Amino acid sequence: MTRIGVLALQGDVAEHVRMLGECGADAVPVRRPEELLTVDALVIPGGESTTISKLAVEFEVFEPIRKRVAEGMPAYGSCAGMIMLAERVLDGRDDQRAFGGVDMTVRRNAFGRQVDSFETDLRIAGVDGDPLHAVFIRAPWVESVGESVEVLSRVTGGRADGRIVAVRQGNVLATAFHPELTDDLRVHRLFADMVRAAAAG
Amino acid sequence: MSEQQTSAESSNARPTTGTARVKRGMAEMLKGGVIMDVVTPEQAKIAEDAGAVAVMALERVPADIRSQGGVARMSDPDMIDGIIDAVSIPVMAKARIGHMAEAQVLQAIGVDYVDESEVLTPADEANHIDKWAFTVPFVCGAVNLGEALRRIAEGAAMIRSKGEAGTGNVVEATRHMRRIRADMRRLTTLDSTELYAAAKELRASYELVAEVAAAGKLPVVLFTAGGIATPADAAMMMQLGAEGVFVGSGIFKSGDPAKRAAAIVKATTFYDDPDVVVKVSRGLGEAMVGINLDDLSETQRLAGRGW
Repeated sequence: MTRIGVLALQGDVAEHVRMLGECGADAVPVRRPEELLTVDALVIPGGESTTISKLAVEFEVFEPIRKRVAEGMPAYGSCAGMIMLAERVLDGRDDQRAFGGVDMTVRRNAFGRQVDSFETDLRIAGVDGDPLHAVFIRAPWVESVGESVEVLSRVTGGRADGRIVAVRQGNVLATAFHPELTDDLRVHRLFADMVRAAAAG
Repeated sequence: MSEQQTSAESSNARPTTGTARVKRGMAEMLKGGVIMDVVTPEQAKIAEDAGAVAVMALERVPADIRSQGGVARMSDPDMIDGIIDAVSIPVMAKARIGHMAEAQVLQAIGVDYVDESEVLTPADEANHIDKWAFTVPFVCGAVNLGEALRRIAEGAAMIRSKGEAGTGNVVEATRHMRRIRADMRRLTTLDSTELYAAAKELRASYELVAEVAAAGKLPVVLFTAGGIATPADAAMMMQLGAEGVFVGSGIFKSGDPAKRAAAIVKATTFYDDPDVVVKVSRGLGEAMVGINLDDLSETQRLAGRGW
């Protein structure tokens, strides 16, 4: 069985652990460099990206995670996690750092403040069946992507019509929304399949 | 097909704001973090630099409300705007209990969460704000499960144990957190017949009582507040089951706010690792001067406010 870590410095860690468990993965929280060594893949949860960035640096998991993602470890990030997996971040703090992994520029809090947070239905490439009900909370969007990035989903309607909100590059998956706040396992299943495929190599 | 189903389907197809899920979900994103009371943009910056997940704007920190007396109200809108402009993390702000117009002002300014707070002077001695009527989510204080469920029934999307704000004394936060958790544990042991009487005892809706009995936890995130002054205080409250920490006077009434704030953030993440708590607890300078609860009269206690 593949072992998937959830970065547990801050944010909705328990929700991701539950979803991954329901997908049949062995999911464990990761806060320390030695814990990172025991996992095949890593999920970066929703939360406050500036806090997660600061704690990752201070507790010396930043470089090890950056390195493993660069070396091809499968990773999935939702919301703040998407920001952490971006090569370039707009509207962040000056000292904010990201692991990288996806050749994209992400704009933090792009949809607005909490009063603008919303739910909507989305079509996502690689996710079959009904549209996925997506929850966006002070969410980022993807401003631009490099050539090797696959755009999986865009929002439709409203003033953000057409904005990119789900991407994949190689073994790295990122969504601006929070599938972990619903009972729909399809995005986590997609990631668990990516992790299995990578392990089978 | 019923009309209700039709409208539910169409509302799913286009973006919908202000739902219970986005309100409660916002609190989920704050878990494992520290929310710090600030009264100026400068303090908000110090809090953000230290790794706070959000700041709470208020007119005066609770320790000053205690020492200066008078009516404590919502913060000046210009001050809140200044705080919103100063930081990129979420900004919360306090409104008086029952003061729906203050909450409307805060929503119009664009704050990310409203704290209907007993720390401010109550504006209504019988009713809390109807929080379902708002797009902005609310956090409310509670000393026990019944109070928490009454607030959730009114639309609160996050609960914090009240503690006794502005004292730097964690004993009441401990009491309230233990009480809420014990009340929930008890519900999980009752059979379905007993839940009706339990709801009556708790003065809470049967539906919410049954939900807690089945899940063993609140349907919203539970933070702690009131008297947290040290990294070890934060670690203790996390061990008691808090999902995150509010710190009020404990930071900006201490000798070295920036350092203490960063230390409390780290202790909250590594609450179960004494080696980390030791390390961050060193060299913090003076903690805020505390108040023994026995030295407070009943009228000086804030936790009794809220009904």
